[in-house]
Amino acid sequence: MAAATDILMPSGRALRQSLDKDELIKRGLLVVISLYLVLSLAAPLYVMLSKSFSTYSFDLAAFEFQVSDKLGNFGEPATAAALNEKLAAVPPEKLATSSDGRLPATSFFPDFSFRSPVKYKIRGTTDDASFLIGTQLHHGTEWQEVDSNTFRRIMLRPARALGLENYTTYFSTPTLFRSIQNSFLIALISTIFTVGIAFGFAYALNRSKMRFKGLFRLVAMAPILVPSLLPGIALIYLFGNQGMLKSLLGGISIYGPLGIVIGSIFFTFPHALIIISTALAISDQRQYEAAASLRASKWRTFWVVTIPGARYGLISAAFVVFTLVITDFGLPKVIGGQFNVLAVDIYKQVIGQQNFEMGAVVSVILLIPAIAAFFVDRLVQRKQVSLLSARSVPYEPKPNRRFDLVCLAYCSLVALFIAGIIGICQYAALVKFWPYDLSLSLKNFAFGRMDGGGWASYYNSITLSLLTAVLGTVIVFVGAYMVEKTEGFRTGRTAFHFLAMLPMAVPGLVLGLAYIFFFNNPANPLHAIYGTMAILVVCTVTHFYTVGHLTALTALKQIDREFEPVAASLKQPFYRLFTRVTVPICLPAILDISIYLFVNAMTTVSAVVFIYTTHTALASVAVLNMDDAGDTAPAAAMGMMIFYTNAFARILHVAVSKGILKRTQAWRAR
Amino acid sequence: MKLRNVTILAAFAAALMSSAAFAETTELTVYTAIEAEDLARYAETFTKSHPDIKLNFVRDSTGVVTAKLLAEKDNPQADVVWGLAATSLLVLKTEGMLEPYAPKGVELLKPKFVDKDTPPAWVGMDAWAASICFNTVEGKKLGLTEPTSWKDLTKAEYKGHIVMPNPASSGTGFLDVSSWLQLFGEKDGWAYMDALHENIGAYTHSGSKPCKMAASGETVIGISFEFRAAKSKKEGAPLDIVIPSEGIGWDMEASAIVAGTKNLEAAQTLLDWSISKEANEMYNVGYAVLAMPNVAKPVEFLPADIESKMIDNDFEWAANNRKAILDEWTKRYDAKSEPKS
Repeated sequence: MAAATDILMPSGRALRQSLDKDELIKRGLLVVISLYLVLSLAAPLYVMLSKSFSTYSFDLAAFEFQVSDKLGNFGEPATAAALNEKLAAVPPEKLATSSDGRLPATSFFPDFSFRSPVKYKIRGTTDDASFLIGTQLHHGTEWQEVDSNTFRRIMLRPARALGLENYTTYFSTPTLFRSIQNSFLIALISTIFTVGIAFGFAYALNRSKMRFKGLFRLVAMAPILVPSLLPGIALIYLFGNQGMLKSLLGGISIYGPLGIVIGSIFFTFPHALIIISTALAISDQRQYEAAASLRASKWRTFWVVTIPGARYGLISAAFVVFTLVITDFGLPKVIGGQFNVLAVDIYKQVIGQQNFEMGAVVSVILLIPAIAAFFVDRLVQRKQVSLLSARSVPYEPKPNRRFDLVCLAYCSLVALFIAGIIGICQYAALVKFWPYDLSLSLKNFAFGRMDGGGWASYYNSITLSLLTAVLGTVIVFVGAYMVEKTEGFRTGRTAFHFLAMLPMAVPGLVLGLAYIFFFNNPANPLHAIYGTMAILVVCTVTHFYTVGHLTALTALKQIDREFEPVAASLKQPFYRLFTRVTVPICLPAILDISIYLFVNAMTTVSAVVFIYTTHTALASVAVLNMDDAGDTAPAAAMGMMIFYTNAFARILHVAVSKGILKRTQAWRAR
Repeated sequence: MKLRNVTILAAFAAALMSSAAFAETTELTVYTAIEAEDLARYAETFTKSHPDIKLNFVRDSTGVVTAKLLAEKDNPQADVVWGLAATSLLVLKTEGMLEPYAPKGVELLKPKFVDKDTPPAWVGMDAWAASICFNTVEGKKLGLTEPTSWKDLTKAEYKGHIVMPNPASSGTGFLDVSSWLQLFGEKDGWAYMDALHENIGAYTHSGSKPCKMAASGETVIGISFEFRAAKSKKEGAPLDIVIPSEGIGWDMEASAIVAGTKNLEAAQTLLDWSISKEANEMYNVGYAVLAMPNVAKPVEFLPADIESKMIDNDFEWAANNRKAILDEWTKRYDAKSEPKS
């Protein structure tokens, strides 16, 4: 019918709704929050990308030499390039180097002897050319005269340029290249195990009548409350060379892929469980009844009804786990041994060798699988059709003694694993000097004596988490509101939505490194926040933006779009509607977002490890640093402090939610 | 919305700083890698004699501090570096980041503790040296003899029982590798490391971890440095500290003024004090080898002959060849990165 109108009517001016004041304010806010995301995400990533193309090589044309005879009479000057052309002393591939590269000037003088009375002169042909005499840096075009003995101490320094050389170096270095395989392998194996185990757990929770479901749910969520490197520490106490259960492994070392996989299963388990459990919770009783009446066996029903019903959840969970494992840095650092993975490579390049360019290259490579996983996941999500129609009958499991017992046993096993890991850490934190003095003491909680920042880092973490929770929730929720409830302005909203989804695909380590490049630039007016708590808050809010954004969107979509027109027709400004109606209705979601941000800010390591300073040292980074220095027991102690804090916050959250729900959400119950 | 908060914060911070300037104290931003438990003591001792200078420390491990200084090259945040490895300061010097200054009394120091240029770009405080931590309890259980030299470590009996820091991520690790290359020569040095690699159980990221692993029996032998070993021993670890007979690599904690500091006078005062007798006595609590001669008293648990065993370490050579050495090391040993059972 629309097509018919097009033909009959002359096309006129496209209709546009004129913007009222509310709409302008909303769009303004949308632009402001977009700007925040551009500055805290897109711009740093862009700077990092360009850093990965910044290369160093020796520019031989930039150096000129003069050599004297034995009496001190100097001959004609010649550039290093000209000398090299004659001698072919330095092949072209040796000219590419890193920012720390040095090339001895004697390379161009094959008959050089440091005892000869011959004198040398060197200068740059441009002002930027730099070289070292001994350890002294020299710039510029002024001739420097030195004797032979000093000449051997002259080193040419590389010049900066743009190019792909860093990538070439990366892919031609087997060690670095190998990390890609290792990372993929680990992520793949962990994904298969985690999704499998989480599926079983979710199945038991949703499809059986076993007892203690509430308790199991509680225990299963515990790994979210601790930093990812804590399971690594626990595994060392269990299976390390002095481990309590070392004999169980039969000589296989826990340091390496085995440790990373077990630890990864621990810390990704709750993430997978949430997704799969949601997928299994919505299913239609009628399909099972149909299967039963068609005399399908239980086994067949499982494969043709249950699995297809949950497939989108399974795929989603797989991608989330894969991304989490491949980008995690704490666990492989603690227990990876000599098994190199991408995330640790970044750290080694930047902190160990101060090779920022190579760090940027590895970061870009780490971005690829994460972004790919993200897009595939989006694609799959789009295909997901609603399983529940109005006529659906929710599935209600029937009691089955044997099946329920099996489920109970299985869940107990998984819960034991989780509780065991955390219990071991608690024990390790209390033992005086493992394994030689097993008496208990609180000595390991005296953090002031170790690296890592002491108790101050714990309080810093709490400050960061509170700030992140409060400011982050405001930004995320307002952003989601504007994007959901603004009329028109399609391009702007799509762009915003893309920006809001992007953080999910950016590994924390990459974000942190990008922050160094972007904010630690004196020309950047935002430089002032570098080294402060503010940059940590910005980084953490941005890092965990997406999940909050999606939660807020889901809640907002439940509110009828009619509210806005009604408010407008009653001449109520949108902010009154926002504070009186929208926020109260969405309060449960808002609380969820803030607890999510709080817990993650407490445990995050990867995003902040590059940008914390002495005054803003954090508890999670302290766990890493104390373990790194070999203070494993205090590291476990600090990890447990994070656990207790998060557990407390969680309990508080539940209590507050209940109270608020009772007061504001009474309308939901009919 | 967020940005506004940030600007307010920044303005607030600026206001705080300017109000501090009204008082007659100078504030110095000091980057340091001094051990956490020593730093508080050092700062307190300095403040007692110089109450007019307030020190704001940025403390981290050597690698992190160096990376930070380099990252801030175009806009240095530090006024002074107090207590960073000389090898790191050498890197900063070759980047032109240090302000040469001859502190008062520099002529009293041992020559190898002072940069060779005049005026020197950096001055040393104390030295720390490579050493082997041997866990006697675990050694006895496994029936291992205590090694006495570097060469001993290649014996087959130690297979899988040695842990050393990875030179690509730890300054101590690089110190070991560069000292072996200087001690044994290029060819024999690499041959030695080939043999040693066969016995290594793990390469760690940090230099103190191997000794702490030996202290807790997680490994039997940790290649680390001597003052870490003494500290673990004090805590009750069953450790023997072995100073290998061939000689040991060493590095020093050193200090320098960062070029372009706005507080040059105060920075010079700190540097003067950092090499004073009082300061050297303060370093002596944990370190046996000091920059000032005839001050050092023996340190509990530390062998007395450390200084005589220290090799003639060529820091310039090590700095100039660092990239080449690390590339070679990574190619040889890091590529074989499968875990060992």
